[in-house]
Amino acid sequence: MAILINRNTKLITIGLTGKQGTFHTLQSRDYGTNVVGGVTPGKGGTIHEGIPVFNTTFEAMQETGAKAAMIFVPPAYAADSILECIEAEMPLIICITEGIPVLDMIKVKSALNSSKKSRLIGPNCPGVITPGECKIGIMPGHIHMPGNVGVISRSGTLTYEAVYQLTQREIGQSTCVGIGGDPVNGTSFIDCLELFEKDDDTKAVIMIGEIGGTAETEAARWIKANMTKPVVSFIAGAAAPKGKRMGHAGAIISGADDSADAKFKILQECGVTIARSPAELGQKIAEVLK
Amino acid sequence: MNVHEYQAKDLMRQFNIACLKGGVADTPAQAVEVAKKLDGKVWVVKAQIHAGGRGKGGGVKLARTLEEVEKYAKEILGMQLVTHQTGPEGKKVLKVLIEQGCDIDHEYYCGIVLDRAAGKLAFMVSTEGGMDIEKVAHDSPEKIIKAHIDPASGFTPAIGRKLGYALGLKGETLNKANKFFEGLYNLYISKDCSIAEINPLVTTKTGDVLALDGKLNFDDNALFRHPDIEALRDITEESAQELEAGKFGLSYISLDGNIGCLVNGAGLAMGTLDILKLAGGTPANFLDVGGGATKETVQKAFSIILEDKNVKAILVNIFGGIMKCDIIANGVVDAARELGLKIPLVVRLEGTNVALGKKILAESGLKITPAGDLADAAQKAVAAAKGAN
Repeated sequence: MAILINRNTKLITIGLTGKQGTFHTLQSRDYGTNVVGGVTPGKGGTIHEGIPVFNTTFEAMQETGAKAAMIFVPPAYAADSILECIEAEMPLIICITEGIPVLDMIKVKSALNSSKKSRLIGPNCPGVITPGECKIGIMPGHIHMPGNVGVISRSGTLTYEAVYQLTQREIGQSTCVGIGGDPVNGTSFIDCLELFEKDDDTKAVIMIGEIGGTAETEAARWIKANMTKPVVSFIAGAAAPKGKRMGHAGAIISGADDSADAKFKILQECGVTIARSPAELGQKIAEVLK
Repeated sequence: MNVHEYQAKDLMRQFNIACLKGGVADTPAQAVEVAKKLDGKVWVVKAQIHAGGRGKGGGVKLARTLEEVEKYAKEILGMQLVTHQTGPEGKKVLKVLIEQGCDIDHEYYCGIVLDRAAGKLAFMVSTEGGMDIEKVAHDSPEKIIKAHIDPASGFTPAIGRKLGYALGLKGETLNKANKFFEGLYNLYISKDCSIAEINPLVTTKTGDVLALDGKLNFDDNALFRHPDIEALRDITEESAQELEAGKFGLSYISLDGNIGCLVNGAGLAMGTLDILKLAGGTPANFLDVGGGATKETVQKAFSIILEDKNVKAILVNIFGGIMKCDIIANGVVDAARELGLKIPLVVRLEGTNVALGKKILAESGLKITPAGDLADAAQKAVAAAKGAN
């Protein structure tokens, strides 16, 4: 089962012929992902690394039956690519691009809200992986192993850290979702928690948050009201000073309620097992799975 | 990116947002010249630094004569202005803005920010003008009136009426306020602002609506399409190391501890600071080398970290996903050699090509303390920093 993607997912890459697009598409294909096409305007009709290239997303979907798109388009044009996917009614859009202007994402968010067909993961994220079946994104496939823990995170490398700790303990993962580090994104913690709650293959969830915004606070309340499976959570940025943007555009403390301490507190009150240190994530999951 | 008040007001005037007449000066003599050209009998002399709370720190003065303009400009120019936003060291004032005075009837707050949860811009106004708006939001949230703006329809007169009536305005003043709000929204959208805040917005005894102060921040990710905004950058207001790091694709923030950190990925970099604190240490910086680091960027990162003389030990924490551990190891070894590293270096490598990376470190002949997992790395770095004291 797993969530969002599996061995049957047909993928196209938007921005396939660029350096990053090519590299990560081939990595994903090597992992076992069913890559059926790519989109680069002006290169339609050509074959790139054995993959057919189309001029538009609409055309690529018609010709290949793709149900997922991975976007590797520079930040200035990435929102346009997401909007193109929404217009073409692409079911799953995964945008890896970092650095998209916020006002562009506000327009994307509005289009997503009125779309009944499309879901966006990211932007500014490592992507999604269902270990042993399908990898869509830039995460190192080899650190994962199939299993029953769902992982949701705003950060890339911190997700790898958590996954690595799990795999070291021979605890596998059902699906790992990087929702991205930007202030406006497509899919929230709650959206993923809801999917993991319904997924029979998932027995517990790791949620890795950051300072800034209220997404983790809202997730905590949702967990208390709806979640039957155990959740372990770490919030990065307890040591961060106020008002400084810590790498991610979304990771900045602007009010009292978006500090790491405030988030840990509400998560704990809502019944989530908290890991104060990122080194404890594997151990805490092992404890809740006992 | 942040700009000065006088720059913000120049932009606001382009969008028909009413401001008082004024001009900027770098010397007291220039300040007097500017004042002479402005009508009226009083002038306000305002320090231009990238921080709020300037009035309380002594950076804003009301002058009633040209002699007073000169006197206050002399006092303010060159002063180390300390406010709640500058930190204890304060900021040196290099420019003053000289403005006309005005007859204030009432002070309000008005601002546009991103409402992350809604994924929309929120227009906010309050009758509590001139106050710290975060404090108002905390103590009396009912005094802040919000209106979300749909990106498809944009600003509409009804939004302006909602905000204006909420402030108790009417008649011609309400109409002027509506124009003011519309101008601010247009400025925000046209120039990719990340914050636009007018505090205070004032109504005058003659029924005008004016921006007494103006704070604009811009989305760094959108500067590529606004060369006019990029040109307003004042590098004297920014940290030299942070700017230098940015040129190499490094994200660096100076902190006040003694353990230098070099990490890949923003989340792991934050997590590394957290775990150092939990282990009883204090990080000297946040440094994300990003996903595409090369030998050169690793070397640059080391030299930036070492410019901070408080650094007593360095922790390198790399989870090589796409980034290969052997490349990082080579960068670390070269940097340590070329910079003649004297302080303890703790390195934790994990991920792609980790065995090769560890071999390069071990065979380098350099004194490098290898660490196993994240917790081990933090403990060793903290011990190294303490030992060096």
